[in-house]
Amino acid sequence: MFGPLIAKPGSSRKNKTGSWRIESRPKFLKKNCIACRMCVVICPEGCISGKEKNTFDCDLAFCKGCGNCAYICPKQDIEMVREESEAAAKNKKE
Amino acid sequence: MREFLEGSLAVARIVKACKPGVISAYPITPQTHVVEELANFVANGELNSQFVNVESEHSAASVVLGSVAAGVRSYTATSSQGLFYMSEVIFNIAGMRLPLVLTCANRAISAPISIWNDHQDSISLRDSGWIQFYTENLQETIDFHLISYRLSEDKHVMLPVMVCMDGYTLTHGIETIDMPDEGKVDSFLPPYKPLYKLDVENPLSLGPLADPDYYMETRYAIHQTHKDVLEIIPKLALEFSKVFGRHYNGLIEEYHTKDAERVIVAMGSVCGTVKEVVDELRAKGKKVGLLKIVAYRPFPAEAIYEALKNIPKVAVLDRSLSLGSYAPVAAEIKAAFFGKKKKPQVISSFVVGIGGRDITKDSIKEVLRLVNGREKSNEFIDLKPELLKEEYEQ
Repeated sequence: MFGPLIAKPGSSRKNKTGSWRIESRPKFLKKNCIACRMCVVICPEGCISGKEKNTFDCDLAFCKGCGNCAYICPKQDIEMVREESEAAAKNKKE
Repeated sequence: MREFLEGSLAVARIVKACKPGVISAYPITPQTHVVEELANFVANGELNSQFVNVESEHSAASVVLGSVAAGVRSYTATSSQGLFYMSEVIFNIAGMRLPLVLTCANRAISAPISIWNDHQDSISLRDSGWIQFYTENLQETIDFHLISYRLSEDKHVMLPVMVCMDGYTLTHGIETIDMPDEGKVDSFLPPYKPLYKLDVENPLSLGPLADPDYYMETRYAIHQTHKDVLEIIPKLALEFSKVFGRHYNGLIEEYHTKDAERVIVAMGSVCGTVKEVVDELRAKGKKVGLLKIVAYRPFPAEAIYEALKNIPKVAVLDRSLSLGSYAPVAAEIKAAFFGKKKKPQVISSFVVGIGGRDITKDSIKEVLRLVNGREKSNEFIDLKPELLKEEYEQ
């Protein structure tokens, strides 16, 4: 018996690291973006994409909420916003 | 062919016959002669193998991890502190499910420094996922190297094997050995065909990050495989006997246990001394016997239960300690009988031969005398109480 032992190329895509995110996620304001791509380069998950100015965004299935993109953005055009768990949001509603 | 050989040289000869493509090791007493002789074979062109000289045991283990991951049969040997320095890599080799054979020349652990024999080094790594054999004499040692390579590379196993031979007693002892000829070795041990290997044409990762969603299953799989290994070892031993004519059970060996009233359980070279005592006492009509444990990992609890369930008095010899708790082998023998209806009246635990303290026939007779009394736990044999008077007070 071997178990999940060997990783073939591309298998890390199955690992949805978005589940690691706690408390906050990046919000791309899309106002002052100069398309410098610093956010794309610094993202440890490589989950930020975009081409033209003000088109950049991240894939929340993989975003771990580390905040590196908001920290590096020279135009402060990304901010970390509080993210509530589904349970907390539901409690608030009630 | 029967030859008169030193243990280390005999191991080097059998490893040569197994044709490992890569050998890497760092010298440490009492393992040194093994790898020294292998280095000679490579230098003389008698063995077509890469002998990788390294600066430490951590590197030696890392080299063979890498070479076996690349699909090449590999070999290393070490002892004591060297095995501990390898330990991080030892767990990795098992975790990556890489087949490898390592000879451990059993030696005590510092401090204080001791180059002499006990089992503390390999016993301390019993939970690493490696299969462990403890051998009694040189013939068994070399035969189990052959069995170990077959077992390790079995596509249902793919786990590393540690052949544990007592330092000095076996590594430097000289015996007449029936050295298997290389033709027979080739028929028993075909070239290694890896199930998976590092290959640029077909890339894969071994030992990558496994988060809590994945890790537990990899450990469960090793544990289940160890249970399968308990079935596979006796089959391989049978196949071995068909080729080489020497018979092993592979898990345990019973010596005059069937009608015995007192049985000693032991591992390694001390079993030879115990057999001498059993023969002497049997000649006088005393019903004594020996149960030798050969495979310590996986632990053959079922076979041990069957062998000992009708024995009134059992004495377990440990040549290592779990300081502050029960001696390792004794604890597991007792666990094998927990909750069972049939069991010995007494399972006493004795600690012998730590740090190379000589285990004489008198030591064994003392154990057999003490097992007649009430149950003993961690009873040290041949202890010198006069050395315990030292105190340091201000």
